[in-house]
Amino acid sequence: MAVTKPTTAHPPSGSRAPGDTRTALLFIAPAMLGYLVFLVWPTLRGVYLSFTSFDLLSAERWVGLDNYRRLVNDPVFWDSLGATLHYVVVNIGVQTVVALLIAVLMHRLTRSTALRGIVLAPYLVSNVVAGIVWLWILDTQLGVGNEVIELLGFDRIAFFGDASWAIPTIALVNVWRHVGYTALLIFAGLQSIPPTVYEAGRVDGASEWRMFRSITLPLLRPVLSLVLIITVVGSFQVFDTVSVTTDGKPANATNVLQLYIYDLAFDRLQFGYASAISVALMLVLTVITVVQYRLMRAGRSDLG
Amino acid sequence: MTHTGTGGGAEPREEPARGKRERRPLSWGRALAWAAMAVITLITLFPFYWMLRTALSTNTALAQDPASPLPVDFSLGGFLRVFGLQSTEEALAEGGAGGSLDFWRYLANSVLVATLVTFCQVLFAAMAAYAFARLRWRGRDAVFGFVLGGLMIPAVFTLLPNFVLIKEAGLVDSLPGITMPMVFMTMPFAVFFLRQFFLGISSEVEEAALIDGAGRIRVFFRLILPMSTAPIATLSILTYITAWNEYFWPLMVSYSDSSRVLTVALSIFRAQTPQNGTDWAGLMAATFVAALPMVLLFALLAKRIVNSIGFSGIK
Repeated sequence: MAVTKPTTAHPPSGSRAPGDTRTALLFIAPAMLGYLVFLVWPTLRGVYLSFTSFDLLSAERWVGLDNYRRLVNDPVFWDSLGATLHYVVVNIGVQTVVALLIAVLMHRLTRSTALRGIVLAPYLVSNVVAGIVWLWILDTQLGVGNEVIELLGFDRIAFFGDASWAIPTIALVNVWRHVGYTALLIFAGLQSIPPTVYEAGRVDGASEWRMFRSITLPLLRPVLSLVLIITVVGSFQVFDTVSVTTDGKPANATNVLQLYIYDLAFDRLQFGYASAISVALMLVLTVITVVQYRLMRAGRSDLG
Repeated sequence: MTHTGTGGGAEPREEPARGKRERRPLSWGRALAWAAMAVITLITLFPFYWMLRTALSTNTALAQDPASPLPVDFSLGGFLRVFGLQSTEEALAEGGAGGSLDFWRYLANSVLVATLVTFCQVLFAAMAAYAFARLRWRGRDAVFGFVLGGLMIPAVFTLLPNFVLIKEAGLVDSLPGITMPMVFMTMPFAVFFLRQFFLGISSEVEEAALIDGAGRIRVFFRLILPMSTAPIATLSILTYITAWNEYFWPLMVSYSDSSRVLTVALSIFRAQTPQNGTDWAGLMAATFVAALPMVLLFALLAKRIVNSIGFSGIK
């Protein structure tokens, strides 16, 4: 190569290996520093704190497995886990079915960007806004939802005040906010299915329902399972909507795990025990993710 | 394939040639499908309308006529209360709490936090992604694997220990205290997402610039970034929406007006119940104010946002 050799023996552009190291360090420095300080270190510390008694005011004290022993025997924790599971089942069940319905409807009916925009609109507002608006719509005395219910000849429902209604109601409010986003993820998956498959199905005289069952669902499986993994993990972390609507009430019916953790840490200053529940929740999430991934063979595609 | 002109993608694609005989049996099903879509659209949009309708009513009228589809006793009182433009007596008379809430300030705080978080996260992620995608250095793959490991940590898990950290740093109840951890909460995903894109850029242009004597830093800012506006815009929009809507973390670290963001202010507004029931008109005006900036942003960028989802969510 006819490039003038610099005095310091930098290798030419082909094998730049050592020459890039300094630049690379410069480029990754801000991200890595923040990653270590605000993500890695807090994670390790969270695990450590779960083995301590810590009230934030004085130094933490190592207590071994005490927090975990307490957790196993804490009825509030188990009720809280139960409420969370109840929420996740309703939330994910309804959301997945409705999102799939919306995605397939859009896919078969129209390419309209406007319609996709409308479906996504609730995702733009915060859980806090969603919670408050539905709290008003479903208000027992003045909510328009209950006015309609009464008009139809039924009794008014205390959606957020009744122990058996509260969790499903909150789960559905969050479906309202997230279903459009989920639908668009599935929609993107649908677009990757070659139209020729449907044309072939149509030539064979298959009905829409038949094509949905025999073409759409099987080919959508990898996308659907990834969507499920993401949404289930998110669903377990529910906090905002509960916090602004019922705040754990009535009784402890809506005291989901994150709410219990927040209450323990900030209202009772039991950071150690709160951390132990956090760790337990993270373990549950890890197990669920791995199991889901295995069960649904999320990594493999049936296409091709 | 038939030649279908420019057709912006709105109307039928399966029209040509096929003829009407095959479409007719489907039409009942299609009608039903459109009806289902209409119902879904209605449920999606109704709360937005109801927010505005309630915000433009007075509390007394709302109590008497809760189901009227239009604003009852039209009034801007709700909005005036939200921005502190009503005297305490007026506010109390109209069913407000009379407490002072400085929404301009919360709005400014929200804008500041979301903007800083988005700018820093995207810039830092792009720099790191470039190093992982285009530079050669020892330990690169190991370090990248270490960053990807962060995807396994649910953000919520880091909040408590992050609070302890921010408290030790003396940054509780300050905007930097809120902002800094948020910059990095979803950093692993951002790095991963941009790296995927950078890997796909042809290296020829870059090599040419390097041979011409441009440094790596110059190549990154002058060449790589301008070539990547699409994925960077996508990431920025999604980061901005997430930062704007974040509630749990700001709730933990902010206690006073100086660092309060809109989501937290809303929940406080909601908790201040006046003697004769919740101030729904004011509360709906407040939620409307909180939602409006995102709705406007969306109106401007709808196409890009809609098309970016899926692109970003998976793969």
